[in-house]
Amino acid sequence: MSEVVISAQSVSKTFGAGADKVTALDDVSVDIFQNEFFTMLGPSGCGKTTLLRLIGGFEQASAGQILLEGQALNDLPPFKRPINTVFQSYALFPHLTVRQNITFGLEMKSISRADANARADEMLELVQLAQYGDRSPSQLSGGQQQRIALARALAPAPKVLLLDEPLSALDLKLRKEMQIELKRLQTETGITFVFVTHDQEEALAMSDRIAVMQSGKILQVGAPREIYEQPTHRFVADFIGDSNFLRGDLVDGPNGGHAISFGEGQVINLAQDVKSDKLKDVNVSIRPERLSITDAKATNGNQLTGTVTFVTYFGTDTTYRVDLDGQGPVTVRMQNGDGANAQFGKGDRVGVVMPAEAIRVLVD
Amino acid sequence: MGNMFRSKRFWLIAPAVVYIAFFMALPLMQMAYVSVLERGDYGGVNWGAFSVDAYVNFLFERDLMDNLVLNTDYIQIFVRSFGLSAMTMVFALLLGFPTAFYISMQSQGRRNFLIFLVTIPFWTNILVRNYAWMLLLRNGGLIDGVLNWAGIETGGLDILYTPYAVSIGLTYTYLPFMVLPIYASLEKLDHRLVEAAFDLGADKRRAMKRVILPLAAPGIAAGCILVFIPCLGAYVTPELLGGGKFMMIANLIGSQFGAARNWPFGAGLGFVLLALVLISMLAYSLKFKSLPEEKI
Repeated sequence: MSEVVISAQSVSKTFGAGADKVTALDDVSVDIFQNEFFTMLGPSGCGKTTLLRLIGGFEQASAGQILLEGQALNDLPPFKRPINTVFQSYALFPHLTVRQNITFGLEMKSISRADANARADEMLELVQLAQYGDRSPSQLSGGQQQRIALARALAPAPKVLLLDEPLSALDLKLRKEMQIELKRLQTETGITFVFVTHDQEEALAMSDRIAVMQSGKILQVGAPREIYEQPTHRFVADFIGDSNFLRGDLVDGPNGGHAISFGEGQVINLAQDVKSDKLKDVNVSIRPERLSITDAKATNGNQLTGTVTFVTYFGTDTTYRVDLDGQGPVTVRMQNGDGANAQFGKGDRVGVVMPAEAIRVLVD
Repeated sequence: MGNMFRSKRFWLIAPAVVYIAFFMALPLMQMAYVSVLERGDYGGVNWGAFSVDAYVNFLFERDLMDNLVLNTDYIQIFVRSFGLSAMTMVFALLLGFPTAFYISMQSQGRRNFLIFLVTIPFWTNILVRNYAWMLLLRNGGLIDGVLNWAGIETGGLDILYTPYAVSIGLTYTYLPFMVLPIYASLEKLDHRLVEAAFDLGADKRRAMKRVILPLAAPGIAAGCILVFIPCLGAYVTPELLGGGKFMMIANLIGSQFGAARNWPFGAGLGFVLLALVLISMLAYSLKFKSLPEEKI
């Protein structure tokens, strides 16, 4: 995880011109490392697929450049790049057998037929479809076609494998299976995977690092835990998992730290080292499962008071809707242990405890 | 049977069945009947007098001693027709495939417009179009004139009233029949398959050879058949651009019903042609039966 394989440097991409001009990518820079499972996550239209197609060579950047191991790729057509793609629709050749599909890329590299067939068998073994070589792609199920598309793209041993929402057409059960399968293939082959998805769960489950994208920009790049626990943007906190959002003023806290004032003496200390020029009315987020409820009269510090408006019991945990005084509603999710928190019901006055390290100050 | 007449499907296809039975099957049977009758002395046939002369005459003639000897005249006309049709088919393919490919690469609106342009010649009568080609091809005509003006001394193009003129005319006439089916197969070709080929290291030439051409093959074959078979029956173009010096099957058949007053022979020739066409269709369907069905 040290050597940079793909480096996007100030890449922009616009489609159309004049009034119809659409900016798909806006000055994006990112490094992708060797042997990494890198995911680009975002809603449709965020530019993730465009960035993938730029790396694959199917589109040309309007500005900036993409380097592969330090070499600019800009003018290189797709067939000259040591990069292969698993397409969203699989794009298996319908007129060729499964084995011929897999050997296609090898033949293009002028590898002998015997070697290509041996490699194809190896790949079929890898995706656990060893006995399917002589079938036509149309005779396979969606999940099997998906595996063949993977085998085909992996056969020429590319430096980077691009995956364009490859699991979106599969049903939930198969998708879960393929997530594990993909991760296994990536670990076994040691090839850098660049994966595009709009499914946050998929991204969290498989990735070494995730780039969260919105409106043609990368908002945050980091390990799944980092993205989830320490979101930098409101969009990131909202898109991945559930979040509570509050607004307050940034003030000095104890021991030279920071704190958030919610007015009327309600101050919550922060663990985060905030570097923000903005002091008034900043956005903060906190995950529902990091909040807990205590007696309104308890004075542990770092708590706000409010009224319970709704209680939902989910078996493993209970979700409380609490209307904070002067702040509006937050969701609190607490695990059901020995029934200690069952004492709170609708209408109760409670204190909501916010651990200092769980609160994140966001860039809007 | 009662069920069949009550079913909706039957009544929906009934008009087509009746139409085909009345206007195709019946006349065809009549011609089959005519082909095995004796010719009438002044044209027409002698109804009720059967004879296989029509089919015998296709291959043999009677010498002075009334022995059958092989006569290749008609076979030559057939071979010439097949050759010319094949040549036309190849020309149409060479022109039609790039045209269809180019059109399929355009944006949706532009594609529809270009396809519309391809079909424009159908709006004009075929006779008029052939006369137009005569004006273009004749010595001192437009093409000859332009070449001379450009400094290429042709000394008279001498192309009108040759097999080449006929082939040029036929290629022009049937080109849309080549372009349209190929376009149809290229248009529904998933562009992502071409991207996949590029992705796997195929350059443009190899993507064309390994992916586009095989997937467009049914369209190409359909185009070839749609050009080849009507060419075999071409009548006006050989007559006008070939100057009547160049007899094709249709002209031969026409002359048997007309000037030669040999209806059974004309009908017989028609059935020989039909048999040959059906055999080539059979060969086509056998060849393409093994192709995979529509991709999902």
